[in-house]
Amino acid sequence: MKGSLSSPKDLNEYRKSIQSTKKKFEKVISVCGGTGCHAQNCVQVREEISRELDERLLSDKVMVKFTGCHGFCEMGPLVVIHPAGILYVKVSPSDAQRIIESSVVGDSVIDELLYKDVATGKNFEKEQDVPFYSKQKRLLLAMNGMIDPQNIEDYIAQEGYSALVKALFEMSPEEIIKEVEIAGLRGRGGAGFPTANKWKACRRARARDNIKYILCNADEGDPGAYMDRSLLEGNPHAVIEGMIIGAYAIGATEGFVYVRHEYPLAVENLLKALEQARQLGLLGDNILGSGFSFDIKVSVGGGAFVCGESTALMASIEGRIGEPRVKHIHTAEKGLYNRPTNLNNVETWANVPIIIREGAEAYARIGTEKSRGTKIFSLVGKVRNTGLVEVPMGITLREIIFDIGGGMANGKAFKAVQTGGPSGGCIPESMLDTPVDFERLTEVGSMMGSGGMIVMDESTCMVDIARYFVDFLCEESCGKCVPCREGLKQMRFILDDIVSGRATGKQLELLKELAEVVRDTSLCGLGQTAPNPVLSTIKYFEDEYHEHIEEKRCRAGVCRDLIEYQIDADKCTGCLRCKAQCPVGAVLGEKEKPHHIDLSKCEKCGICYEVCEFGAVLRK
Amino acid sequence: MVNLIIDGQHVQAEEGWTILETARYYGIDTIPTLCYREGLTTDSSCRLCVVEIISRGRSRLSASCSYPVQEGIEVRTNSRRVRQARKIIIELLLASCPNSKTLQCLASQYGIKELRFKVEDRGCILCGLCVRMCKEQMQAGAIGFFNRGVDRRVAMPFHVRSDVCRECGACLYICPVCELQCRGPREPGDLCNGCFEAIRIDPFPSRD
Amino acid sequence: MEEDVRPEVQVMERYGYERSYLISILHEVQKEYQYLPEQALRNVAAGMGISLVDIYGVATFFKAFSLKPKGKHSIVLCMGTACHVRNSRGLLEEARRFLGIEPGDTTDDLLFSLDTVNCLGACALGPIAVIDGEYHGQMTPAKMERLLKKLAKEEGVRK
Repeated sequence: MKGSLSSPKDLNEYRKSIQSTKKKFEKVISVCGGTGCHAQNCVQVREEISRELDERLLSDKVMVKFTGCHGFCEMGPLVVIHPAGILYVKVSPSDAQRIIESSVVGDSVIDELLYKDVATGKNFEKEQDVPFYSKQKRLLLAMNGMIDPQNIEDYIAQEGYSALVKALFEMSPEEIIKEVEIAGLRGRGGAGFPTANKWKACRRARARDNIKYILCNADEGDPGAYMDRSLLEGNPHAVIEGMIIGAYAIGATEGFVYVRHEYPLAVENLLKALEQARQLGLLGDNILGSGFSFDIKVSVGGGAFVCGESTALMASIEGRIGEPRVKHIHTAEKGLYNRPTNLNNVETWANVPIIIREGAEAYARIGTEKSRGTKIFSLVGKVRNTGLVEVPMGITLREIIFDIGGGMANGKAFKAVQTGGPSGGCIPESMLDTPVDFERLTEVGSMMGSGGMIVMDESTCMVDIARYFVDFLCEESCGKCVPCREGLKQMRFILDDIVSGRATGKQLELLKELAEVVRDTSLCGLGQTAPNPVLSTIKYFEDEYHEHIEEKRCRAGVCRDLIEYQIDADKCTGCLRCKAQCPVGAVLGEKEKPHHIDLSKCEKCGICYEVCEFGAVLRK
Repeated sequence: MVNLIIDGQHVQAEEGWTILETARYYGIDTIPTLCYREGLTTDSSCRLCVVEIISRGRSRLSASCSYPVQEGIEVRTNSRRVRQARKIIIELLLASCPNSKTLQCLASQYGIKELRFKVEDRGCILCGLCVRMCKEQMQAGAIGFFNRGVDRRVAMPFHVRSDVCRECGACLYICPVCELQCRGPREPGDLCNGCFEAIRIDPFPSRD
Repeated sequence: MEEDVRPEVQVMERYGYERSYLISILHEVQKEYQYLPEQALRNVAAGMGISLVDIYGVATFFKAFSLKPKGKHSIVLCMGTACHVRNSRGLLEEARRFLGIEPGDTTDDLLFSLDTVNCLGACALGPIAVIDGEYHGQMTPAKMERLLKKLAKEEGVRK
């Protein structure tokens, strides 16, 4: 790698030299190295491909790239061959040889490795044609599939850091903030606060010793959401570039990225990226000879959802308990170490270079009146195509779940989609035509949140889901204020009673009353939004609550105390399989004779139901 | 000076005063507190001092002990909404500390007739007065908060006597629950509601 | 003077005794010992000039830290929402029943630790169990039992 670049001209020349070196490669094989694919052995896939290329002496003509997450996690490990753009799915290490043979040396396609649409049975050859990708608008995620996140040259070759040059040398801080304002960028962390207003307030704030901070929240705590991790893992320089531009606009000298310790690969790639940016003079003193200095430190979290709350995050960076404080004085004036501080999340920062480079008008054309640009969602749960999707704001939930997500897995009926994580709510089928937009999602009792989108089908019990989130929050509340700590605990007791069939109708009323007080009186955003999963499930699925309370019935067959396992004597072949697997010896019977379950011993673990090949075990 | 309305009364306050300070300065004593104590930093954790704040046509509840006065706001310290929230908070606290005289008296004052939540006596409401007293007034820092969420507790590190503890007893002195036990005639988990010390303040002359 | 070789001292040196790195420091100390021993925490408090109450507060606040020794084999179950709707609780109950311990605990013979995490972000594979660092996707209670039985057999313990 090159030494320090001291002017925009240096950077341009460097970019040109990288681009010309890259031209000598005829083909590029990009192997997805996201965490989802990692768990499915993509490292070996890459190694096999590299070995195969070495053996065929193709290493200087064909490049193998280990990239960030491509998004289509359901089908991992993913391999894409450029320039043709052929997408191979569920690739195993043993496929390396034939991939090289047919599609790298030759120009043919291996049909079995292509993505096949379940509904139509049709094969898709190119990445961009696959329905999962074709309806997306991949503004931020596009680069994930093209660059090696551990190599800054890849990012620079894709016009990386050109927005920084434009910002530092052609724009004043005010012009940058104006540009972000015209673009209509709103915080992607959940609440959707206008980014430009935040920046203005922090720029205006007086710093007693001329130190202001900017922070990047990468403490993605919502369960079932991994957008920020994928950006940080796959394209860390976009976040870094955004932060430098923001720092220049605000007048900050120091930055922190607060990242979850559960994301080791993101930490590794980020640290490497920072080091490389520093070496090139894109970070540190006198960036590219502009006279502006700024550097970024990485602060690793300790596993606390509440640290998504700005003041708790700042306390944690200062090395204290991650407890929020009241913020009648805004963090823009008194934040980290009581100095003016601006906090945005990963996805928000990654939008900044795009806005500056492409211009605010172009950016603002995407999306709806009040919600501009794109939003990344992690589409997970009972949906067929699990993965990360980036869509223009304004697209409906139905389009995301059924067109991009391919509908429900296992052919079951859709019941609800949960957005906004533990602060959000469950949206029923009747509201699926709601467009994705900050205001509209709030109107239906949920929220945009950071982008988790969990799809639920008829085998999901909505009372159980409410209890799941309350359970989660009981552990994740910091425990400082009474309504959140004690209120959630009592909400859990009531929900425990409901799912076990012990509750009365009076308790449901008490639950509602309590939920409202927790919402109104808690100290921070965590507590104020904590009742949302309960209130939204009561709003749309109150029937299920009543069934649990009055009929002692769980229609989804989830709540253990309300179900029973039985064996259908007509279907049972007496294979002994369930009997052998039952961990508590509750299945009785002899070989080739119908078995039955001793209900006094049965712990309802469902193993018999799972292992029976004849559908003879019934859940009632 | 900042002009605002508290319970229908036009008042003036110094910039930086909290609503609680202002209300007490004007003799309005309808805001109960537990975790607030003059001379200690404000924690805003018990939320018992919530009041209704009406500003720009919107009403919301906020803890008065930390809310700085603002020009033109209207504050209701004892509206129906406020009392309803306080009642639930007192019920929640009683469920974790049923024998505390302070809490039993508050329950009587707020007309709470029934404890609707599951009782788990922990003998501590985690108001943190002892922690702040120890650190801020006694300059010791022998006790602190540990764990989080529903498992949060006050203790000494590693649950062994701390080297910095001088056994001054300030923590006991300031504790609103552990010294004074309610001696009303009742079964565990019951509400006392009979004490002559507990002056009923509910129903209050409501202004809403 | 002889160089102090205690791991926590070396870690603090590496981070320049800076309080803003406290959580990173505790992570690394935990890596050295597999948990946070009382003495190490006392040394960190003394070394960094932070009161013991504050260090103990931080160490018990964050879920990543353990003040108890961990077992030889780690069983980590993802309890994220996507895993939950695919029955991660069934896995947890099976593991709990099999090992006879609650999440966060370690068996008395120090062989197994059971932990839960809120989301591993590999939702496509859900429900997920990570056993000794290896990801097992699309898990079921029956598969869980099989994997645990295998581990117990390797260790020569009857469960």
